[in-house]
Amino acid sequence: MRVEPPVVGEDDRFFWDGVEEGRLLLRQCAQCERIQHPPSPMCPACGSLEWTTKQMSGRGTVHSWIVSRHPTQLDEAPRVVAIIALDEGPRFVSNLIDVEPTDVTNEMPVVAIFVDVDGVRLPQFRPASR
Amino acid sequence: MVGIGQTEFSKDSGRSELQLACEAARAAIDDAGLTAAEIDGTVTFTLDTNDELALIRSLGIEELSWTSRTPFGGAGASATLQQAAAAVNSGAATAVLVYRAFNERSGHRFGQPMQRPPSARTNMHEPYGLLTPPQVFALSYQRYMHTYGVTNADFGLYSVVARRNAATNPNAWFFNRPITIDDHQNSRWIVEPVLRLLDCCQESDGGVALVVTSIDRARDLSHPVVAIEGATQSSVVDGDMSFNYYAGDLARFVEADRTAGRLWQSTGLCAADMDIAMIYENSSPIVFYQLESFGFCGPGEARDFIAEGHIDLQGTIPVNPHGGLLGEAYIHGMNNIVEAVRQLRGGAANQVPNAQRVLVAAGRSAAILSRN
Repeated sequence: MRVEPPVVGEDDRFFWDGVEEGRLLLRQCAQCERIQHPPSPMCPACGSLEWTTKQMSGRGTVHSWIVSRHPTQLDEAPRVVAIIALDEGPRFVSNLIDVEPTDVTNEMPVVAIFVDVDGVRLPQFRPASR
Repeated sequence: MVGIGQTEFSKDSGRSELQLACEAARAAIDDAGLTAAEIDGTVTFTLDTNDELALIRSLGIEELSWTSRTPFGGAGASATLQQAAAAVNSGAATAVLVYRAFNERSGHRFGQPMQRPPSARTNMHEPYGLLTPPQVFALSYQRYMHTYGVTNADFGLYSVVARRNAATNPNAWFFNRPITIDDHQNSRWIVEPVLRLLDCCQESDGGVALVVTSIDRARDLSHPVVAIEGATQSSVVDGDMSFNYYAGDLARFVEADRTAGRLWQSTGLCAADMDIAMIYENSSPIVFYQLESFGFCGPGEARDFIAEGHIDLQGTIPVNPHGGLLGEAYIHGMNNIVEAVRQLRGGAANQVPNAQRVLVAAGRSAAILSRN
């Protein structure tokens, strides 16, 4: 499994710091409390440049999913990529683990865990009971 | 639209992208009956590697009073016409050369992992394995499948139509090579459970160019007059060219919905007024979305609409009679515009009888071309 590591910048350092701590943090406007994901430097709702973070519960459902295989490194294990509809509302892209692709269904409940993948710590999601 | 030009469409052109641009541009200027010195504007894609000055130095264009570029790759293809028309209508330029040329198979292949500058947005997607355009777009398309109960075999209905049209178009890479739905279902997965090989557009080498000038000037030139009756584009807050996952219903193409609404409103026309639809397709599902966005059928109805033959050459609204980007070539959607002009002039390889109006839809942009 090869992972393109993120090239962390000013607009998303908070996120990766959160991942290191095992927390799923999204950017929240300090002025109007809008959650902005993916993060941007200015709040589109109120124009604020001041941000805080909001920790997500890590619970959500599978909104959409695919099986990703590298186009030229076909010996690499495929990964299931999914859009997760987080319980708090925002959508979040990640991988599904501990589930066979044939068992993935839209709307299935999932929960976040934090895993080292190819040396990069990433949020991943696995099936959850509801 | 007074001039159209192209190189051959291939997998290995054997020459520079700049040479392809020059050859296509020269062909379009000649086709218009103009000289290079009469061109005073250019429009291309932000992604095009051919510098405007390098091009005019090769072509002998003496001076440009207008240059502009459209973002968003092929989805912005029809925005080139909006820009060219805006330049001519405003008086900023009198004759605009639109061009797009690349070695997209023998050089940088779009089907390989994308080369994007690092950003917070890229970081939220690439580490999880969203590397290639088919992967990136399929993640949205799966929601369409789930919402409307559509399968990959349903997407193949379009692939069969595109390849059937290409099979009788000598300009197409897949000339004489139609496919069946079984061929489609036996082709390898590119992105399970959404896209097989025969759902995906080609990677192609080639160049295309167009010349746009005023209607009055067009009447003095040799070809039947093809007018840009309307052209618009849409980019929305919370949208994204690739990772367009965060706003609205992923079973709809919001930008295409809005482009369609503005295009119909600004021209007073509707889907039923179109004789042909050119629809940009990086892969087959995006044809389904756009048939619904532009109102040829209702939400979730594209599968049945295609199955019933409406988009066939003899159907109520022939789609991509040249074979599309699956069948003819992937010149970033610009070969769709060339085909639209050929159909309106008459004498296209798969000529639709008495075509008067053609929609050229590219997702985030669209134009209506008509015999004037």
